Amino acid sequence: MTQLGFPILSLITFLPLVGVFLLVTLQGEDELIACRARMIALVTSLVVLALGLYLWDVFDPSIPGYQFNEMLPWLSGFGISYRMGVDGISLFLILLTLFLTPIAIMASGSITRRVRGFFSALLLLETMTVGMFAATDLVLFYIFFEAVLLPMYLIIGVWGGERRIYAAVKFFIFTLAGSLFMLLALIWMWHNAGSTNITTLLHTPIPPKVQMWLFLAFLASFGVKAAVWPLHTWLPDAYGEAPLPGTIMLAAVLSKMGAYGFLRFAVPMLPNAAAAAAPLMFVLGVVAVVYVSFVALAQTDMKRMIAYSSVAHMGIIIIGIFTFTVEGVEGALFQMLSHGIVIAGLFVCTGVLLARGQGLALSRLGGLAAKMPVYAALLMLFSLANVGLPGTSGFIGEILVIVGALKVNFWVALFAATGMVLSVAYMLVLVRAALFDKFTRPQLAGLLDLNGKEYAMMLPLAALVLWLGIYPSSFTHVFAAPVAALIQAHTASLMPHTALAMVTK
Amino acid sequence: MLTLIAVFAPLVGAILSGVARPFIGKSLAVGTSVLFMLVSAAAGLATLAAGLQHGISGPVRVAEWVSVGSFTAAWSLRQDMLSLAMVAMVSVVSMLIHVYSVGYMSHDKTKPRFFAYMSLFTFAMLMLVTANNLLQLFFGWEGVGLVSYLLIGYWYDKPAANAAAIKAFIVNRVGDVGFAIGIALTYYVFGTISFDKIFAAAPLHVADNYDLFGTTFPALEVIAFLLFIGAMGKSAQIFLHTWLADAMEGPTPISALIHAATMVAAGVFMIVRMSPLINQAPVAMEFITIIGATTALFAGTVGCVQNDIKRIIAYSTCSQLGYMFLAAGVGAYPVAMFHLINHAFFKALLFLAAGSVIHAMSDEQDVRLMGGIARKLPITWLMMLFGALALAGIPPFSGYYSKDAILAAAYAVHTSVGYYGWVCGVVTAGLTAFYIFRLFLLTFHGSSRAPKHVQEHVHESPLVMLAPLIVLGTGALGSGFELRKYFIGADFSSFWGQSIQVPAHSVMTSLDANPNWVTFAPLVLASCGLATALLFYVFVPALPALLSQRLGILYRFLLNKWYFDEIYDVLLVRPALRLAKFAWRFGDEQIIDGVPKGLATLTADASAQTVKLQTGSIAFYAFVMLVGLIAFLSLFLWVR
Repeated sequence: MTQLGFPILSLITFLPLVGVFLLVTLQGEDELIACRARMIALVTSLVVLALGLYLWDVFDPSIPGYQFNEMLPWLSGFGISYRMGVDGISLFLILLTLFLTPIAIMASGSITRRVRGFFSALLLLETMTVGMFAATDLVLFYIFFEAVLLPMYLIIGVWGGERRIYAAVKFFIFTLAGSLFMLLALIWMWHNAGSTNITTLLHTPIPPKVQMWLFLAFLASFGVKAAVWPLHTWLPDAYGEAPLPGTIMLAAVLSKMGAYGFLRFAVPMLPNAAAAAAPLMFVLGVVAVVYVSFVALAQTDMKRMIAYSSVAHMGIIIIGIFTFTVEGVEGALFQMLSHGIVIAGLFVCTGVLLARGQGLALSRLGGLAAKMPVYAALLMLFSLANVGLPGTSGFIGEILVIVGALKVNFWVALFAATGMVLSVAYMLVLVRAALFDKFTRPQLAGLLDLNGKEYAMMLPLAALVLWLGIYPSSFTHVFAAPVAALIQAHTASLMPHTALAMVTK
Repeated sequence: MLTLIAVFAPLVGAILSGVARPFIGKSLAVGTSVLFMLVSAAAGLATLAAGLQHGISGPVRVAEWVSVGSFTAAWSLRQDMLSLAMVAMVSVVSMLIHVYSVGYMSHDKTKPRFFAYMSLFTFAMLMLVTANNLLQLFFGWEGVGLVSYLLIGYWYDKPAANAAAIKAFIVNRVGDVGFAIGIALTYYVFGTISFDKIFAAAPLHVADNYDLFGTTFPALEVIAFLLFIGAMGKSAQIFLHTWLADAMEGPTPISALIHAATMVAAGVFMIVRMSPLINQAPVAMEFITIIGATTALFAGTVGCVQNDIKRIIAYSTCSQLGYMFLAAGVGAYPVAMFHLINHAFFKALLFLAAGSVIHAMSDEQDVRLMGGIARKLPITWLMMLFGALALAGIPPFSGYYSKDAILAAAYAVHTSVGYYGWVCGVVTAGLTAFYIFRLFLLTFHGSSRAPKHVQEHVHESPLVMLAPLIVLGTGALGSGFELRKYFIGADFSSFWGQSIQVPAHSVMTSLDANPNWVTFAPLVLASCGLATALLFYVFVPALPALLSQRLGILYRFLLNKWYFDEIYDVLLVRPALRLAKFAWRFGDEQIIDGVPKGLATLTADASAQTVKLQTGSIAFYAFVMLVGLIAFLSLFLWVR
């Protein structure tokens, strides 16, 4: 079936459903169920992660196209089939999902109601997300893309904070409204090509005039998911109200779906429109970096400040993608990984405070470095990675995007680089308010440093932050081939002569 | 191999003393840090000696780092003479300050953290000076900035220390934006960020142009400007200098190591390192000269009226860095390096001696509350005197040789910018001698103005603090005289080799060709400054107070450091915070969120209205259906 003799991608995608099945069949006392449910979810996600690491091991980075392809006939009369495959671009996004799911599961200590349902939703979310990254058929992709909404909606709406219903509905309506436009675009493209196989679609030319409309449709859908300014306002509410594991998955993984969509569909399938829209996307990216950073600076709550910082960093990713340079696109991809890990780390840090019964209002924290030195060190590390300090993961992506952007336009590069100053401003304010100065309240002096479970969540994240920062080549050499192919195809399709020559042959 | 040990030993020390502290205990953690620093200093000196004897060797490649397209940078250690000289200086000064800190920080509760930070700093600084590409230089650059932030805010329960730490990081980052864009532009122009390739190709790109602000500029000029903006932030040059004086909130050994000897000199080092490229950018060089000279003068004037012993020395550092840029700007890079090394020794000495005084005075830092302690602290007194004489440029102390060489070079270029630099530099020489002897006399001489209980506790520091002072004092006495012939002597180019490229028609050969009055002017003004200090603070102590009253406006202008902080606060800081509030409360919550919220309200209202139609009366429904049917039928007939 594949090189391996077994469908590894489908296995990774659907294995969490086995966990869901086990969860559903659990019986016994409530407390026992809660405890077992946690174990089942964790074990399932770790097994899937192990499979994912095996996938990385057998993956051949020299091939630019899809590997481990799977194909099953499905609605074959309509040109639709069940196709899975992975290339250097999607490999690490799948691994990111697999890596963060166990961390999200460990971070759900605060969930005590309907525990089975919660972990089922988390595992379902893993299935849908991985399926979305691995799908190589547009309809299949769309189904997974939309299906991600359901478990996330439940996670926010059932287990969220005080304003959970408002946040969940806002999240649902924003993303669904955007996705409907994508559905229209999808139907047009399906009609045009007679197939929904992504590889076929890539080689089916689309008239430039139509491209612009399709691009706008994709922008509506992926822009909302990636929280591109000004489609981002669902995000602070959703991040703020979702329970911690939900926030981690939203910020670290789900926001990457939008950026992935741009990279997989909007740029390669609509080259003319993407090139024409690049200035618009640069403006949106720059506004995200500058304006949203200012908004972040004004926040008074730790979680919301991190949420806005996340939006600002998505701006860097968008800028990188639309430079259409090897440096910029690889930088954007790298930033996607780094952002996923760093933002997860920061949210886990907020969870540590929540678990100790503390609020997240910055004015009511302070002085924690004295009693919680390890926590302080790790929060500092994630904050530094978030501001792109060299030696941490954040730097590589940021400098590559700046380098790529400078090839296109000086001012885009300069404004992208102002993020270096602005992010330092709000992150240092956050770090100071949480860790330094004197205790604002006597209760803070009694807090204990990290426990074993928190170490288990944060140390792997910290290790990855350093690994990505010190030896990024283990990751970049995997994207190198597909990104080079993507840039080459993009440049070729913008040159009318070569395109013509291909047609006449 | 020796370079590798010199660079990585501090990292090992930092990790061991930082991470392993709970397992090995406090004193062992501190000991580990100092031990690895001793190893590093020995290796640093050995590698310099080996380089001098057997010639330099190629770079050591440690590992791959970034490789994307042709944007490639490896972790590697460059071993040319410029790097080796800096490695030796940094590791030795850092080692001395580690030893000193064992005494100075003995009462501190979290001292392993302090030593871990200091060792980490040394590692980052060594990575900076041994970088073989722009990206690793930037790694070290930001790394030292980070540790500087951590150490300024070391006593994190002090709000002033936290504010100063954040300010230092942000102001440095403003410069770093320039640096980062400079790296990107270098890559755009040269297609590489490796030093050797850039240096080899620099002359080929002189004619390249870059469009900006609707005009065309030579690309290399733009690069040089951007890199220099980075250097201005790190080396606290005017406009980006405001963080340095506040950075004195950190422990004094840090002020000596980071904010005097090593990190702040990184900007100068970077410009010297990039000399083959800078040489091709004459306008940028003039800009560097002007900024350097202006900073020297500005900081010199401010230093004359400050009252905090550490802040006076901090402004002096700012001013001396200005001198170094002045030298670099006129193309006299070896002279800039000469002053950099001399300055590292005598300024570290001054700070450590100040630390010894502060230690003795129960943490008092105001020079107006000191005085009359010369007899109680004889060794500190002598060492501070050495440092002061070296800074003031009195022969045979080190500052005399390098400062005079800088001013000679500035005059020798015979351009209007050079003359401007020379005038600023000579005036500053007078100011320097005045403020450092003002500090010296107020601290050690006259009658004691300290409270009684402080006076009783005044004591000389322990040997562990005095020994580094004596070593540095020897340096301040001898480094100028000893290093002169290597660094800037007739044979300077064979000493530096390919590591520094002076421009064509360099001033390096004409340093001794100036008229006599030009050569002696700095020494004369320095003597005048010294004499004025004696007059003010020994012979007629009432004079300063009288002057400050008569010249009230000028005095307040200087005391408030030319009002830079106030202006930045009004122009930048407060508007930024207001903008942040506005963007959040109005932009995000009202406008951007307002549109979807408005739509939602509209939908809800419409449905509320529609609900009213559902009356439940069959007759009403039937009537509406009938009306609809008639309407559709007539429409159908009409259209047909």
